[in-house]
Amino acid sequence: MSQTLLQTPLHDRHVALGARMVPFAGWEMPVQYEGVIQEHRAVRTDAGVFDVSHMGEVEIEGPRAHELLQSLLSNDLDRLGSGDAQYTLLTNERGGIIDDLIAYRLTDFRFLLVVNAANRDTDVRWLKEHEISGSDVRDVSDEYALLAVQGPNAIAKLGLETATQFTFAEERIDGIECMVNRTGYTGEDGCEVLCMAEDAGTLWDAVLAHGVTPCGLGARDTLRLEASLPLHGNDITPDTDAISAGLGWTCALAAKDFTGSAVLRRVKAAGPARKLVSFVMEEKAIPRQGMPIEGGGEVTSGTHSPMLDLGIGMGYVPADRAAVDTELVIDVRGKPRRARIVKRPIYKREG
Amino acid sequence: MAAAETYPDDLKYHREHDWARVDGDEAVLGITWFAQDALGELVHFEAPTQGSHVSKDSSYGEVESVKAVSDVIAPLSGEVLEVNQSVLDAPETVNEDPYGAGWLLRIRLADPSEVDSLLDADAYKQVLADQ
Repeated sequence: MSQTLLQTPLHDRHVALGARMVPFAGWEMPVQYEGVIQEHRAVRTDAGVFDVSHMGEVEIEGPRAHELLQSLLSNDLDRLGSGDAQYTLLTNERGGIIDDLIAYRLTDFRFLLVVNAANRDTDVRWLKEHEISGSDVRDVSDEYALLAVQGPNAIAKLGLETATQFTFAEERIDGIECMVNRTGYTGEDGCEVLCMAEDAGTLWDAVLAHGVTPCGLGARDTLRLEASLPLHGNDITPDTDAISAGLGWTCALAAKDFTGSAVLRRVKAAGPARKLVSFVMEEKAIPRQGMPIEGGGEVTSGTHSPMLDLGIGMGYVPADRAAVDTELVIDVRGKPRRARIVKRPIYKREG
Repeated sequence: MAAAETYPDDLKYHREHDWARVDGDEAVLGITWFAQDALGELVHFEAPTQGSHVSKDSSYGEVESVKAVSDVIAPLSGEVLEVNQSVLDAPETVNEDPYGAGWLLRIRLADPSEVDSLLDADAYKQVLADQ
């Protein structure tokens, strides 16, 4: 308990709004303001804003920045033009996932990586260890704040034009210069807005003034799980690989070599022993991380779905029992409870 | 909507954040405002079956919010006469009205003298203040 928690530039605003603050990945973060379910529904039906300034930003610059990242990241950067973003993985020699992140091609010689807060130091250390001359890795996290504005009305409420997913542009929101990324972690339309740390308060106030609901990490987790988006540390880890996790589409195995790619090619050719699946409970019960799945397997994330009003989750099961509609039995604190594997995403809004 | 913080004077309290409304040899049990607030919006109540026995100071069920699971501790011993169906159907009732519509169990007391060991509202508020 003696560890000092880091605070984002918006900390005082969260407290003033009555947020319940909790420790998360070394940061003091809002888990909820009014309530997780209410905030979740705001994002599904209107627009919500999350302070995700705890996430890390790493810049890689130089004539060989592209070469460095092609050798360390799983996805093919050559598929990115300037103004494009890409979901990709930082992998280890065993094909395990050090982190999942979004890479932005700022220029041909300058890239931005937005990484998980919990992995920021690990990622930066890994990147620096592999640095080559002509590529400079810099942790610029403290210079920026990041707001995720998500929901069907998010873009309109910010006064932005619609744009293709996984693109970004320099824009102004109420006069504040920001980088607007058409990305998110909720399964909804919306954007993630990067601004200078000193502008964070003004931007946050402007977003709220447009009628966007402040949302905490509680809703962020239920939203991403309904959308079947994996959480690093739960569903994907340095000991799990992209093929087993259903993230083979992020691995450019035919186009290039990268750390662990030989292992991943073997896993892909042989077929993974187990697969990450999404499931819904068929009985009243809420699955939680670590619960055993009968027949060999384990829940890696679980919660109550506010939209479906059911227990939902993700977990690894033997590959021969991973088909959609397969019945699972989950050990919920000693009680067997039935679940069923579903197609991803677990929940998607109509229309 | 969540209820305002209160600890009614007519209830008896257990320091594990449970209350009992004693009426002759029966009691209605629930969790306190503090307990529901700490958990957040409840989404599941794992209840004991009617006719089963609950024991003072032992867990008789679980309440779950989106983020957390908590045992519910019996403030008194007895036989379960009724489980509140409206909480099974709509667990958020506990957040809305923890001492009224959000009651959990009705029991027949095994030993009415156990009531003497429970806290009154002022003593329970002191437990909260000391945390």
